[in-house]
Amino acid sequence: MGASCVTTGVLTLQSRFLRSRGNDMAGNKKKFMQGNEACTEGALYAGCRFYAGYPITPSTEVMEICGARLPKIGGSFIQMEDEIASICAIVGASLGGLKAMTATSGPGFSLMQEGLGFACMTEVPCVIVNVMRSGPSTGFPTGPSQSDVMQAKWGTHGDHPAIVLTPASVEELFHETVRAFNLSELYRTPVILLYDEIIGHMREAVTIPAPGEIEVVARRAPTGSPAEYKPYDAKGGDIAPLAAYGDGYRFHVTGLYHAADGFPTNNTQLIEEACIRLLRKIDDNKERIWKNEEYYLDDAEVGIFAYGVSAKSAKFAVRELRKKGIKAGLLRPLTMWPFPDRAVEELAGRVKAIIVPEMNMGQIVYEVERAAHGKCEVKGLFRVDTEPIKPVQIIECITGNGSKPSSPGSRMAEMMVERDMLDG
Amino acid sequence: MAVAEKRIFRIEIDERLCKGCSLCVDFCPTNVLTMDGNLVAVKELDACNGCQLCDNRCPDFAIQVFEE
Amino acid sequence: MSTPAEEIKPLAKKKKKTPFNYSPYVRGGKLPHIWCPGCGHGIVLKCLLRAIHTTGLAKDDIAMVSGIGCSSRTPGYVDFNTLHTLHGRALAYATGLKLAKPRLKVIVTTGDGDALAIGGNHFIHACRRNMDMTILVYNNAVYGMTSGQASPTTPQGKISTTSRNGSIEPPFDTCTLAQAAGATFVARGTAYHFQELEKVIYEAIMHKGTSVVDIIDACPTYYGRFNKYKSPTEMMEKIEKEGTVSVKQADKLSPEELAGKLLRGVLHKSDRPEYCSEYQKLMTKVQAK
Repeated sequence: MGASCVTTGVLTLQSRFLRSRGNDMAGNKKKFMQGNEACTEGALYAGCRFYAGYPITPSTEVMEICGARLPKIGGSFIQMEDEIASICAIVGASLGGLKAMTATSGPGFSLMQEGLGFACMTEVPCVIVNVMRSGPSTGFPTGPSQSDVMQAKWGTHGDHPAIVLTPASVEELFHETVRAFNLSELYRTPVILLYDEIIGHMREAVTIPAPGEIEVVARRAPTGSPAEYKPYDAKGGDIAPLAAYGDGYRFHVTGLYHAADGFPTNNTQLIEEACIRLLRKIDDNKERIWKNEEYYLDDAEVGIFAYGVSAKSAKFAVRELRKKGIKAGLLRPLTMWPFPDRAVEELAGRVKAIIVPEMNMGQIVYEVERAAHGKCEVKGLFRVDTEPIKPVQIIECITGNGSKPSSPGSRMAEMMVERDMLDG
Repeated sequence: MAVAEKRIFRIEIDERLCKGCSLCVDFCPTNVLTMDGNLVAVKELDACNGCQLCDNRCPDFAIQVFEE
Repeated sequence: MSTPAEEIKPLAKKKKKTPFNYSPYVRGGKLPHIWCPGCGHGIVLKCLLRAIHTTGLAKDDIAMVSGIGCSSRTPGYVDFNTLHTLHGRALAYATGLKLAKPRLKVIVTTGDGDALAIGGNHFIHACRRNMDMTILVYNNAVYGMTSGQASPTTPQGKISTTSRNGSIEPPFDTCTLAQAAGATFVARGTAYHFQELEKVIYEAIMHKGTSVVDIIDACPTYYGRFNKYKSPTEMMEKIEKEGTVSVKQADKLSPEELAGKLLRGVLHKSDRPEYCSEYQKLMTKVQAK
């Protein structure tokens, strides 16, 4: 009955027994870890061997763990002087041939925008983690939000490609980090891993896969002669392999508009072609980049479009609504950008309304509205007091009782709700 | 035995690269060069002693002195 | 009495003078470069190429990184691993690249604005870390690419588009800043003193640690015109030749004679652990645990 397509399946008695011994069904070791730690583990699993970063709550653990783990496995770690230096350093390292990552939060993410644009323009693979906190500006540093979701797509100036992933659990964060690196290599573009402070700091069980168990995409090396190498050659599929500096291919990389050979151009036709190619690189491949979870969506009459920690609440709300006889379903994007237009439009054609709970003052709700093309009502449910949206808020929004902020009297009920959410 | 010898130099000017800044003309110690419109030209080849100061002062890779 | 033919030995011929062949180092089809007539950057580039040639390093082993500005157009013209980055950020990219691939010789071509204004933070930290790289500051005391604004090295009183009545700001001394921040090789040269410059760039490259070379060269198009210099030649003579004094000469001059002059030559050289070597040691240590 509309079981989850992506997350872990039903727990049997046997699996509960194995789980209590610390192993999963396959006998792999299960670890209880924080989201930020799962992100690091995912990065290392994906072959990340360079980290440059700057401390900022609530992302700092990613840096600290990378700093401890990387030297042990022959990787490079450096704490840079600011976030701008961090994004630049990881691009430099990637051009030296290493898979590279940095992690930050809103204020640092804002600083990184120019460097992000440079990575987009020069098509250098790298992963940027943004653990979202309450903003704008210094905001409430230890409190979560989902208010950078538009910035992740539009933050840097100019028309640029964007791939942004939005995991919603600790174990998923591990896997989505691996996917972030894979997408980055496949499409030669920076990938943003976007999650909130709750996902970043909460602890859940994670099974670290054995090496080779999940796919890790290696960087494609050029095959032709160095003399003929063109780092931005659009022939044969739009994405040329990226050589590493010092490996025999001497090439030029610049943030200026450039021809296929990497050198600056002022030819207006080449400029237009380059701009279009950068966007088409993602647009032509969006079906391979899109990834959604459909939870009780097959026969849904009211849809919820939720991501990150809000999706955890939404899942619980769906189950509670179903108990009440309301056919609710959740469409959860794991890839937020490119935006899952098709899935939203298809859903909008089937349901009476789509509710978009998000921890901001309304950002993705407008994308959902756009993609729905007027086929159904789209309603936002916003919360910006740094507390997560509670399932009861989503339920009340759909049952029409109006969304109320959680009251002290309902504390007990909320605690039970939260405990159950952990098993979801 | 006394020997008198003349060293002969060949000055190559790349007209495509010369931007007419006249640094080479101004710094040549023996007044070999002159400006001809917006390009450098050799005025007095015999005065050239092969010091290559014109080459070293030229920002544009436009002038080089070879010994024959 | 004439000497028999077989006893006449030919006089030893002097070695023929040949100009330096820049072709192996200059990317084909890229010249003429974009720098203005009389701009010192082309002269500096030639000194740099001659210095690189003397090191004997393979082209594949050299990475040239730059920011934004006239100085930063340098890498596009040369046949190495080249990276033209963001305004002020060359050193951050260079740091990442060097740490990822320590065997690369990293040379950074940056400008007075690029390195000391927007890039100031990265500049002092690069000096502090003492990662093996050579930082060449093409110092023409102006933002040339954007048509002549004042920079952190514009002398007081000089005219620019943002100091039309004369700059009221005191300028940085690139070298004292670099040394204070921890750079282990600090030198200054000028485009005029091309032999010294070539030598000092060579030493900077060969030095294992952060090397900073402040290179005084001229922007005739903006700084020159705004401040009433009649020609690139005059700028070279007045600013570079008369405006500087070598370290050796300085010893013999009085403070009054030295006033307003910049020192040329190797100003500071010290030995501190180099960053990548220290990181390598750290890795060995943690892996042994």
